[in-house]
Amino acid sequence: MEFPRLLAFPLNYMPLPAIERATGMLFRRVLKKHPDLFERLGEHKTKRFAFLPSDLPLAFTVEPAALSIRVTRKPAIPSPVDASVEGPLFLLLSLLEGRCDADALFFSRDLSVTGDMEAMLAMRNALDGADIDLPRDLSTLAGPLAPFFGRVAQDIRRRALTDETSPWN
Amino acid sequence: MELICPAGTPAAFREAVDAGANAVYCGFRDETNARNFPGLNFSRDELREAIAYARRHGTQTFVALNTFMRAGDEEIWYRAAADAVALKADALILADFGLMAHVAEHYPQQRLHVSVQASASNVDAINFLVDAFHAKRVVLPRTLTIADIARIAPQIRCEIEVFVFGGLCVMAEGRCSLSSYATGKSPNMNGVCSPASHVRYRQEGKELVSELGDYTINRFPAGEAAGYPTLCKGRFDIADSPAYAFEDPVSLDVMSEIDALSAAGVSALKIEGRQRGKAYVAEVVSTLKKALSASPAQRTALLTRLRGLSEGQKTTSGAYEKRWR
Amino acid sequence: MSHHGTSPSLTMGPVYYLWDGPKWRDFHFRIADEAPVDRVVIGETVCSKRQHFIEPHLAEVIERLEAAGKTVVLSTLSLVTLERENRQIRELVADSEHMIEANDLSALGLLNGKPHDIGPLVNVYNAPTARLLASRGATRICLPPELPFTSVETIVADAPGIAFEVFAFGRMPLAISARCAHARSKGKIKDNCQFVCGDDPDGLPVKTLDRQSFLVLNGVQTVSHTCQALLGELVDLAACGVSALRLSPQDCDMVAIAGLYRAVLDGMLGADEAIVQLRDIYPAAPLSNGFHHAREGAAWVARARDIAHGGA
Repeated sequence: MEFPRLLAFPLNYMPLPAIERATGMLFRRVLKKHPDLFERLGEHKTKRFAFLPSDLPLAFTVEPAALSIRVTRKPAIPSPVDASVEGPLFLLLSLLEGRCDADALFFSRDLSVTGDMEAMLAMRNALDGADIDLPRDLSTLAGPLAPFFGRVAQDIRRRALTDETSPWN
Repeated sequence: MELICPAGTPAAFREAVDAGANAVYCGFRDETNARNFPGLNFSRDELREAIAYARRHGTQTFVALNTFMRAGDEEIWYRAAADAVALKADALILADFGLMAHVAEHYPQQRLHVSVQASASNVDAINFLVDAFHAKRVVLPRTLTIADIARIAPQIRCEIEVFVFGGLCVMAEGRCSLSSYATGKSPNMNGVCSPASHVRYRQEGKELVSELGDYTINRFPAGEAAGYPTLCKGRFDIADSPAYAFEDPVSLDVMSEIDALSAAGVSALKIEGRQRGKAYVAEVVSTLKKALSASPAQRTALLTRLRGLSEGQKTTSGAYEKRWR
Repeated sequence: MSHHGTSPSLTMGPVYYLWDGPKWRDFHFRIADEAPVDRVVIGETVCSKRQHFIEPHLAEVIERLEAAGKTVVLSTLSLVTLERENRQIRELVADSEHMIEANDLSALGLLNGKPHDIGPLVNVYNAPTARLLASRGATRICLPPELPFTSVETIVADAPGIAFEVFAFGRMPLAISARCAHARSKGKIKDNCQFVCGDDPDGLPVKTLDRQSFLVLNGVQTVSHTCQALLGELVDLAACGVSALRLSPQDCDMVAIAGLYRAVLDGMLGADEAIVQLRDIYPAAPLSNGFHHAREGAAWVARARDIAHGGA
């Protein structure tokens, strides 16, 4: 399943600082709900991870030790990153929520992982262990983009779960 | 028969309990267990909470301490055993004789299970562990046929647990140094096999090459699903013909044989996969739980659906069937 | 007893490969007559189906070895799953007048209370395990090839009264399976194998798809492509109290190999020169000592530099 172009389109025009602010807010909200999220990373906590949705014009770079997330317009990513994972947004979000068996996706071509495999494996295990539920975790979110993200999260969830190509494979 | 389910994280643990596991097995977040993967496993506090959660739901907790103690650092394993006992684990799953002796001596009331890593593959081997360490249960290696199990069961003085679903070791477990030969890290010593730290993928023309350490483990033409470079599931050249030398990238599934396993004297069925995510655990455990009490026809339907979760979607009954050899 | 200060002896390990009866017999005759080894371990260790190849020659081989003053030790199977295999070990334990080397847990159980040896295919990773086995009758333990020297040193120091051996020459046993990859590679299965592993007296090479030499099949056993060669390490091994060094037979001049190790132990030959000669005697495999140095087993750690055998 591809992210709907119609929804992705405005991201080309929205100013980057606005997107980054909104993303930062979501990121901090999730961390507030799951303060231990990055504990499982151990020695990999200080590394930098890039999440590259193949159907969005954006790249997200997370630095767990600094509790920071940065957004750039592709192909630019704040270099250097230690590990990156690229794939359709819904798979990346399923990974985030532990809704699919990343083990299968992770090393298949559905999600492509480059760089430090061990760090990314630690990241996926940390995410899987965290009980993240985006619609729930973001439901109380305030701000102008809140309804947008809430709706998108729900929509993606619904599509991912009913999609013919099961995310298991 | 009991269903013994894997958990790599507290989230997966709760899923397994909720899905109806009779027991959940897990390990500490260190080298004392054979799934010492980055980001996986339990702190002492997490295990305490998990055991409490399991107990509220009538589920048992088994703690795997199934690597071999590093000479001079035995205290790490002894402390793990002491903590697991103090947290009231229902059983410890052990592989190292030295550790078994320590547990049998210091915690004689503690239920001791023999890990598959101990490689107890016959009657005399199992009775040795029962006599020497008072083992209450043995997890049989994946080297036996169902007929072998049926022959062994009445001659031993402990319960039998067998793997029925998930990853499959081709080699006798606990006796394999292939991983450390290529990477320096082994299941026995470090709790890892074909570790991610040594995995590289490299695009070469249209082929994706997977490497472990310095060695090419597989080449995938465009369009073919790429697998993780687990050493014994790689494609190699023998006398100039490329093939999966040891085993195809398949996983184990003998759920269709559970009646035969029950008749053979098996007490518990084990699902592999502490490294798999909570979604996998939830799905597999709930389906297998249903399958256990389903009619044969319903069971087939349930299992067919589950097959989609398997590595490469191909499964094998492995050594349980004689022709596999 | 302390082994410090005495030079370690040499042990010839069991032949892991399927050699036909006469080849197996002649090999041991020559070891009896010419090789400077104190102990010789004999008997099928890998696959019970092969037993009948050597059985007709066992008595004469034992006799020749003992006449030459060697101590003969009988090796047990390393993977025991069949009733027939169980029975065979029970009979061996009940009847044997020779020392037995246990290679699986069933033999360990049956040998309880009798003096016996432990082979390198039993997992002894620490001193508590060694002491536990000693309390049941083990007097000698050949440690698994995977162990780093730091572990060897610690175990030897913390388990006094046991003679320890270290696997010092030969392709290293890495894995064993119920399935026969060797037979499979030739279109057979284990139960109908026609002893195709006999075609490869030094094993069947497994290369990667990039033509790197990697592993070697020996029936149900997988061994390393590289040949363990602890020569530069002998001084340290002797100093830490190791009693003996094990030479695992490959299809090469094992008398010359034994002579080489003896000469280095006796200080008659330098390790560097010995390594050069070893490569001449057994050119089929590159040398490795990585496990000893806590590296990947395939690695070769020279004193000044180190090279991994990733290349073809």
